[in-house]
Amino acid sequence: MTQQLILYPLLLQLLLAILLMFFWKRIGAQRVISILGSIVHLGVSIGVFAYIWNNGTQTVQAGSWEAPFGITFIADTFAITMVLLTSIAGLAVSIFSAGSVISDRLRFGYFPIFHFLLLGLTGAFLTGDIFNLYVWFEIIIISSFVLITIGGEKAQLEGAVKYFTLNFLASMIFLTAIAVLYGLTGSLNMADLANKVAAVENRALVEITAILFLIGFGIKSAVFPLYFWLPASYHTPPSAVSAIFGGLLTKVGVYALIRVFTLIFVEDVFLDQILLVLAIFTLFSGALGALVQNNIRKVFSYLIICHIGYMIIGLGMFTEVAIAGAIFYLVHDILVKTNLFMVSGLIYRIKGSNSLRALGGFYAQYPKLSLLMFIPLFSLVGIPPLSGFWPKISLITASFDTGSYWSLAAIIFASFITLVVIAKLWAEVFWKDAQEIPVKPKFRYYHKIKKIKRIQIIVPIVFLSMVTLYVGFGAEHIQTLAARIASELIDNQLYIDAVLNTQISE
Amino acid sequence: MEVLLAIIIGILYAAGIYMMLRRSLVKLIIGIILLGNGANLLIFLLGRITEGAPPIIPGESKVFLEAYADPVPQALILTAIVISFGLQSFAIILVKRAHKVVKTDDLDEMNATDEDS
Repeated sequence: MTQQLILYPLLLQLLLAILLMFFWKRIGAQRVISILGSIVHLGVSIGVFAYIWNNGTQTVQAGSWEAPFGITFIADTFAITMVLLTSIAGLAVSIFSAGSVISDRLRFGYFPIFHFLLLGLTGAFLTGDIFNLYVWFEIIIISSFVLITIGGEKAQLEGAVKYFTLNFLASMIFLTAIAVLYGLTGSLNMADLANKVAAVENRALVEITAILFLIGFGIKSAVFPLYFWLPASYHTPPSAVSAIFGGLLTKVGVYALIRVFTLIFVEDVFLDQILLVLAIFTLFSGALGALVQNNIRKVFSYLIICHIGYMIIGLGMFTEVAIAGAIFYLVHDILVKTNLFMVSGLIYRIKGSNSLRALGGFYAQYPKLSLLMFIPLFSLVGIPPLSGFWPKISLITASFDTGSYWSLAAIIFASFITLVVIAKLWAEVFWKDAQEIPVKPKFRYYHKIKKIKRIQIIVPIVFLSMVTLYVGFGAEHIQTLAARIASELIDNQLYIDAVLNTQISE
Repeated sequence: MEVLLAIIIGILYAAGIYMMLRRSLVKLIIGIILLGNGANLLIFLLGRITEGAPPIIPGESKVFLEAYADPVPQALILTAIVISFGLQSFAIILVKRAHKVVKTDDLDEMNATDEDS
């Protein structure tokens, strides 16, 4: 039974999605199933995480086809950490959706598609086969297309056209890269590829393939100069959808980048230089973009781009300390970004606007909620001891170690600008005097909705804030986790051995 | 054969990207379709084209004795075709819907998402 343990999170999401389809029109039942299912999923993920933590990397060969011939599923510490984070964010957004997404939208299969999205994410983290990764990416983007268009407002459809086009292009570039890689090596298994790519004579072609992967995943993770679809689309759907997109969708691109560039294309100075340069530009352009926006959700969209830079810069420096910093940042960023978009949803629900100019007086009217929102906002800035502070120590140490002073400058600059942006946001939304906002007659304001809905909106924000506080105050534990992941990633032989030397048990 | 296919793939990629760069929504869809087919043909080409040698082991032996056509690329293409079929049908509906709501098929006029709000 323990052989297939790592597939449980995957199968549970699939089961949930299918089960929800049987309740297509009954949204009350869907809400309950989705929330309960997500709680169970979190429990299962914690269980599997504990098992991997104690027993090391586990693999499953689909249909007992021995690697490298069949499809491999592998859970090392990195993959299972991502699965755990997915289920934490998934639970929060599931509850938040039940409270905040209007039933006109839920009626068109919101919850089943939402769980298909989580299924795709879980699959992408667990797979050990590059083509299978492509298939999971497609499941993710098809679900995300539906979620971004559900409701069909003008801005949504316009955002969706841009989002669709760029993501389709990214998939095609990814597919092209897989085709070239298969032509070079005749293999699709990532561990097998790691061995075979190292032996390929034609280094120029390997480098070009690596660049194709970089572009494909770069579009998905919104790296400079490929990020323009993100601020054009992430603020258009309901905030629950933005929350899961902002928290997890770009991060799966980062996960794929880290996986491919630590396992298959390693020890390539040229590529590391490119990654560093891209990361520095991503940090600068994201930060400066956030500075001039007026819509809260657009500010957060640009901050997503900016903070992707921290993870890529860690990958670019390619030392154990730097990668540990990048992983820690990834953990922190998923929790905080998901939470921030939910916070923007709550503000919108209360005031009926997300414009910085129109908002104001939040602190005077809602002191307790403001205090709650303080946690994710200032965790993002990284005021010690909140969670954003700790990974930057590792990243800055690493940039001294590698003598990469441009990276150092970019890290400090971006975190300074993040501080300015959040301070500006705090001053505008919370401290400024309340402004007159025209009342929308049909809009369901926070004080008009039922108490149960209000709880459903507040609870996930509290939940994620608690987890964020844990990441900040229990940084020691996360640092241990990140260090272990980084050492596993640097020493990729462990991964290769785990896949290729598995004994098939009946 | 390989050279011919390589040229066709090149044309499909180029035409696909050119069409995606046009401003019309319909041309965008055509671009998506061309690009998808180009990628599928590329997998087919890079899986090595072997004529008239199906991957079937003759009854009297246990391993392949001669060169055989690799079945993996064909499985990959089959998967990729199904996926791009799904994406293309979604794209057509999305574009139809967007055209109905925005009342233009010019991508340059779709700038509601960049407005200051």
